[in-house]
Amino acid sequence: MTYLHWRKFKNIAFHASLYLAAVIVLLPLFLIVSYVFKMGASSLNLDFFLAFPKPVGEVGGGMRHAITGTLYLVAIASIISIPTGLLCGIYLSEFGKGKVATLLKFSIDMLTGVPSIIIGIFAYILIVVPLKGFSAMAGGVALSIIILPIVCRSTEEILKLIPQHIREAGLALGLPRWRVILNIVVKGNLSSLITGVMLAISRAAGETAPLLFTSFGNMYLSYRIDEPMASLPVQIYNYAISPFDDWRRQAWAGAFVLITIVLGINLLSRLLVKLGSLRHLIRRGIK
Amino acid sequence: MSSNIILQVNNLNVWYEDFHAVKGISVGYPEKSISAIIGPSGCGKSTFLRCLNRIYEEVPGAKATGEIILEGKNVLDKSVDPVELRKRIGMVFQKPNPFPAMSILDNVTIGLRLQGIKDKSYLMNVAEQCLRKAALWSEVKDKLHKLGTSLSGGQQQRLCIARALAVNPQVLLMDEPTSALDPIASAKIEDLMSELKKEFTVIVVTHNMQQAARIADYTSFFVLGDLIEHGLSSDIFTNPKEQKTEDYITGRFG
Repeated sequence: MTYLHWRKFKNIAFHASLYLAAVIVLLPLFLIVSYVFKMGASSLNLDFFLAFPKPVGEVGGGMRHAITGTLYLVAIASIISIPTGLLCGIYLSEFGKGKVATLLKFSIDMLTGVPSIIIGIFAYILIVVPLKGFSAMAGGVALSIIILPIVCRSTEEILKLIPQHIREAGLALGLPRWRVILNIVVKGNLSSLITGVMLAISRAAGETAPLLFTSFGNMYLSYRIDEPMASLPVQIYNYAISPFDDWRRQAWAGAFVLITIVLGINLLSRLLVKLGSLRHLIRRGIK
Repeated sequence: MSSNIILQVNNLNVWYEDFHAVKGISVGYPEKSISAIIGPSGCGKSTFLRCLNRIYEEVPGAKATGEIILEGKNVLDKSVDPVELRKRIGMVFQKPNPFPAMSILDNVTIGLRLQGIKDKSYLMNVAEQCLRKAALWSEVKDKLHKLGTSLSGGQQQRLCIARALAVNPQVLLMDEPTSALDPIASAKIEDLMSELKKEFTVIVVTHNMQQAARIADYTSFFVLGDLIEHGLSSDIFTNPKEQKTEDYITGRFG
């Protein structure tokens, strides 16, 4: 083998290992989605979205209460953690230089690493015990603690990518600092920021562990913040471990809906980034 | 060219932590003229320029002493609001930096809009005037709603000049405005600067001595934070008083 052949061989071998790694990464996603689709789609019908659970033994029924519950819980978590997370991220990126900021960054990293079941226990002690009962509020708070560090860090990372001279250019126009941050730094990167937020939301939508001791779950539609609330992940868990075939089929359908919601939010957030640049084209068309 | 001094710097010193970057510089800038600051890298010329609109305060640990007098007031004084000061002393940076996700029109008018001016026809009028002054109007008048970042580098820099002009400053600071541009785009900016001095006082930092010789009425030569020589460009470049200046402009040093 000549030197050139050897070099070509090394090149091919390295490329092959890269492709192999890519396939290994993609394989689980593909298998999960296709299997859930196969098992879930057959149990899925309009009733699944519109009907409530039927007693054991009766065929049919749906998870309208759990789908509504998941959206409700995610909404509570978003209302708490998105404004806090965005402001905290802006603080870290624009002002975070002293000891307070270092401590804050460290705490956020620690919070990201806390297992979600422990966050569930924390919300249980904090809210469920004093109020003497499971509640949607407790579930929402638990989810908000999970996504708060994600929103915060993604905001910080995105804003840090903006070169310092852009901020200086804003200040040099005689604009106060808060205007520069809000109207130039934040507004100029809104679509990326929204992407970060939506990825965090999709994370919250899929969490089960923190909801087990907090919103707990129930079998009927509830909009009350102080009562237990059903959610897709917990409903799937309860149905999947049940001995009834019909419930297990519904658990697959639930899994399918959940995975669609989570992947849907992910795709939507990616689309938003592209829309950000499209928006100008559209505006140009209107004017 | 009038000889009315609009900006008088007296004994300006700047430190970054312990590093003495600008050492006791005194110089006056006549109204409606172009003054260039030249010197080798690290001579403090950008730092000096960044003091004039107090944007140096953005660097943590930077400290300035001395006087910079604009209309009888020391702009370094704590009582002077840097936000108000920067409306009167605009700045153009080395790298063209149009604001992200903002149209050409929005880039020019943002300074006024964020000051609370909402009258659309007035804003449009100012935008047209400023883009004309920045010699960009004919190139962008049909695509004002396109992103500022979609323009070429030279166009972006002229957009940044238009943006700085829109808040109607008296003095325009330019920190190596052509060093990121190709020769043709640079030549356009140079022509533009000669036009601008009819209305504004321009102070430009440049690495390019020929540029200073071509466009500047006055030139200052800095070395390691010291002002070696300041005077009419014609004198500095043809008949320098200091040996160091002569060495630098003839290419023996720097």
